[in-house]
Amino acid sequence: MTDVAHQHGPRRIVSEVQVLRRRRRERIFVIFGLASTLIGLLVLLALLGNLVIDGVARLDWNFLTNFPSRRAAQAGILSAWVGSLLVILVTACIGAPLGVGAGIYLEEYSARNWLTNIIEVNVANLAAVPSIVYGLLALGLFVYGFGTGRSIFTAGLTLALLILPIVIVATREAIRSVPQTIREAALAIGATKGQVTKDHVLPAALPGVLTGVIIGLSRALGETAPLITIGALTFIAFLPAPPITSEFPFVSFEWLFDGFTVLPIQAFNWISRPGRDFHANAAAAGLVLLIMTLALNSIAIVLRYRLRKRLQW
Amino acid sequence: MASRLTATQRRWQRRRERIMEGVLFLCAASSVFVTIAIVVVLVWESAAFFAHVPIATFLTDTMWTPLFADPRYGILPLLCGTMLSTAVALCVAGPLGLTAAIYLSEFASAPVRESTKPVLELLSGVPTVVYGFFALLVVTPFLQTFVPNLPGFNILSAGIVIGIMIIPYVASLSEDAMRAVPNALRDGSLALGATRLETAFKVVLPSAISGVAAAFALGISRAVGETMVVAIAAGQQPNLTFDPREPAATITAYIVQVALGDLPHGGIGYQSIFAAGLTLLLMTLSFNVFAFWLRARFREAY
Amino acid sequence: MPGAIDVSSVLRSGAEVGPVSMRPKIVTRDVNVFYGEKRALNDVSIDIPERAVTAFIGPSGCGKSTFLRCINRMNDTIPTARITGRIEIDGENIYAKDVDVVPLRARIGMVFQKPNPFAKSAYENVAYGPRIHGLARTRAELDEIVESSLRKAGLWDEVKDRLQQPGTSLSGGQQQRLCIARAVAVSPEVILMDEPCSALDPIATARIEELIDELRQNYTIVIVTHSMQQAARVSQRTAFFHLGNLVEQGPTEEIFTTPSDPRTQNYITGRIG
Repeated sequence: MTDVAHQHGPRRIVSEVQVLRRRRRERIFVIFGLASTLIGLLVLLALLGNLVIDGVARLDWNFLTNFPSRRAAQAGILSAWVGSLLVILVTACIGAPLGVGAGIYLEEYSARNWLTNIIEVNVANLAAVPSIVYGLLALGLFVYGFGTGRSIFTAGLTLALLILPIVIVATREAIRSVPQTIREAALAIGATKGQVTKDHVLPAALPGVLTGVIIGLSRALGETAPLITIGALTFIAFLPAPPITSEFPFVSFEWLFDGFTVLPIQAFNWISRPGRDFHANAAAAGLVLLIMTLALNSIAIVLRYRLRKRLQW
Repeated sequence: MASRLTATQRRWQRRRERIMEGVLFLCAASSVFVTIAIVVVLVWESAAFFAHVPIATFLTDTMWTPLFADPRYGILPLLCGTMLSTAVALCVAGPLGLTAAIYLSEFASAPVRESTKPVLELLSGVPTVVYGFFALLVVTPFLQTFVPNLPGFNILSAGIVIGIMIIPYVASLSEDAMRAVPNALRDGSLALGATRLETAFKVVLPSAISGVAAAFALGISRAVGETMVVAIAAGQQPNLTFDPREPAATITAYIVQVALGDLPHGGIGYQSIFAAGLTLLLMTLSFNVFAFWLRARFREAY
Repeated sequence: MPGAIDVSSVLRSGAEVGPVSMRPKIVTRDVNVFYGEKRALNDVSIDIPERAVTAFIGPSGCGKSTFLRCINRMNDTIPTARITGRIEIDGENIYAKDVDVVPLRARIGMVFQKPNPFAKSAYENVAYGPRIHGLARTRAELDEIVESSLRKAGLWDEVKDRLQQPGTSLSGGQQQRLCIARAVAVSPEVILMDEPCSALDPIATARIEELIDELRQNYTIVIVTHSMQQAARVSQRTAFFHLGNLVEQGPTEEIFTTPSDPRTQNYITGRIG
């Protein structure tokens, strides 16, 4: 700590010219940054515009109510959208309770032990498994192992497993954001853990849980690869058995085990054919699909942001 | 209000509680069963495949033609197609995703950031089949205007579109990593007279580097597993090439191609898609484990 | 602050300190700071002398740190902050439209409450400023800047054999001196210190205080501290802040022995704060 004074050399001056250059570099970067951020949006618009230009001419009532056909001009997506709807229904019925249940268990019940750790790491890993691998699982296990066939049920079950990690993670986040004081208040008046969860935690977490389920379902709606893998037929000119019958017991689950097609597979089928006519069909089907998934996602996003505003405990 | 639960009611209540917990545990455990099932199915069918095809052949043969009269079982062409499309995707998503992340984390005002996030989320909701359509019918024709002799099916446009697909993913994970860097470091740099740009690249990015690398690893893992875009736009012929302008099949595209045909259950062709799937799973898994390790390391730093 | 403190015992005699040059380096007039609607600082006007240590004291939330951050325009980084009034350094208004904060901050170094070395080696931490400002043309020149800065911060002998080790691997006190070296490396005229010892143990604190006393020969130093003894030990002038107001300022000795405002009186005798 000595000889400080004489070491103080001449002050080094920051060059003005260099500062201007550094500032210019910064301004240029901001432009690039904004462009990179917006490129996604631009692509989305280009995508939408392209589908509209190519496909909107085909989009009429007949397109929605016709079966696929060898002639492009008469082909429609009736079996595809009905199939999509039914598959999603099955997915929701299996995936939502399973995922939400798992989320509740991991947040509210699980002890911090090796088993919980395994489950947590496992969920994280499942989220990163490529979707087509779920298709292989379904092909090997459900189609040929359990013999559920290339059916709506198999497809719905497969997609339910696929969205399981999404639903679990969303449920956990939603439950975690419920303040501890609510649990303590309920426990303090003698409610059981189950009652606290059912009557207080879950209702408070519901919007967040719902957001996760919707995002999961929208993902399932757009999934193609796993369904192709289980061998979903692409030329389906019939509808599944009706769920409501005229005879007792008036409800039928026969449709669960019918063959099916879904919108993305129909679109894929049409893209794979040469010729502009079928490509127009593909664009129209893609447009319907895109609108459906974007609508679902928008609902989820709006739900989340409104939730975030409300959430000021 | 004076009435209390009787002993019997209490017993029932306790039993209900236990049943509820048991059911919830089964839900949580189901995710583990899924993993086990995936591994068992893939390994089981692959084992049958490898009973016919020596692993050495699988890994070194340069031809993949399981469905031909003269079948060859070398995974290399498929691996090559997969890595090529992933590399192209990374060339697109890497710089753009990182630039976007730095912009959002270090430059954008709160309102800009808040309104961009939902848009990025929307993008990740677009079905991949629509992206495939875009690659085949928009990007390829566009590229053909300045890349001479570009075939209608090629790895290049598929890779570019996959890259665009994973930008939001890479950007938002990288942004999270950079925002986790304490403000004290930014202040330290700014107080020395650094510009925001210098602070971002020389202080924030190096501090967040393992988190950013993890984001890239996860992005790569996504690109490797992406199916529909390559199945639609890259062609489905296995092709051992390093030229992204050529058509080539990826592992995923091959599985789709086989599944579209009507293969007899239990045949070697059927088994081959499981061997391909196992290879795919191992690849993505290794990238994920790598990312996991990087993030754990990153968390240690702060 | 536990009860009243007798600070007179730590005050140095006037002879030891030497005459304080009253050429003002920093002149502020009617500085106000608003965070959104909230007014954090009211009409602060003060002259800060060259080559001396000026201490800002006052209870937490009194605005002393806010004011310090005005002097190198660090408050610009807070989107909701708004500043009015004038701050001049060597007669130049630093809030004028054409002033760029980059060269300004190179002239005015800052040391923060918690040591904040970058995730780089000790060498690179010190070299960072000269590098971004292009102050060294050759590697040898850079080496020289790094060495002399570390010497000025009294850290050279401790780190010269491990310059390539991460700055974060040093002890807390060493980290803070590394941050001082980092600030000194761009050869500033003013060094602002925002409670630089609040995260340090007493021995490390003593080292830093000695250092401040040495640095005063070449730099104008402004230090924010919540320790009155520290203010008494290291500073020649003291300014007392309370609820966003600059209550009183003057030679340190006077402030501590014969404060004119009852609020200052109450603070230094431990009744508020």
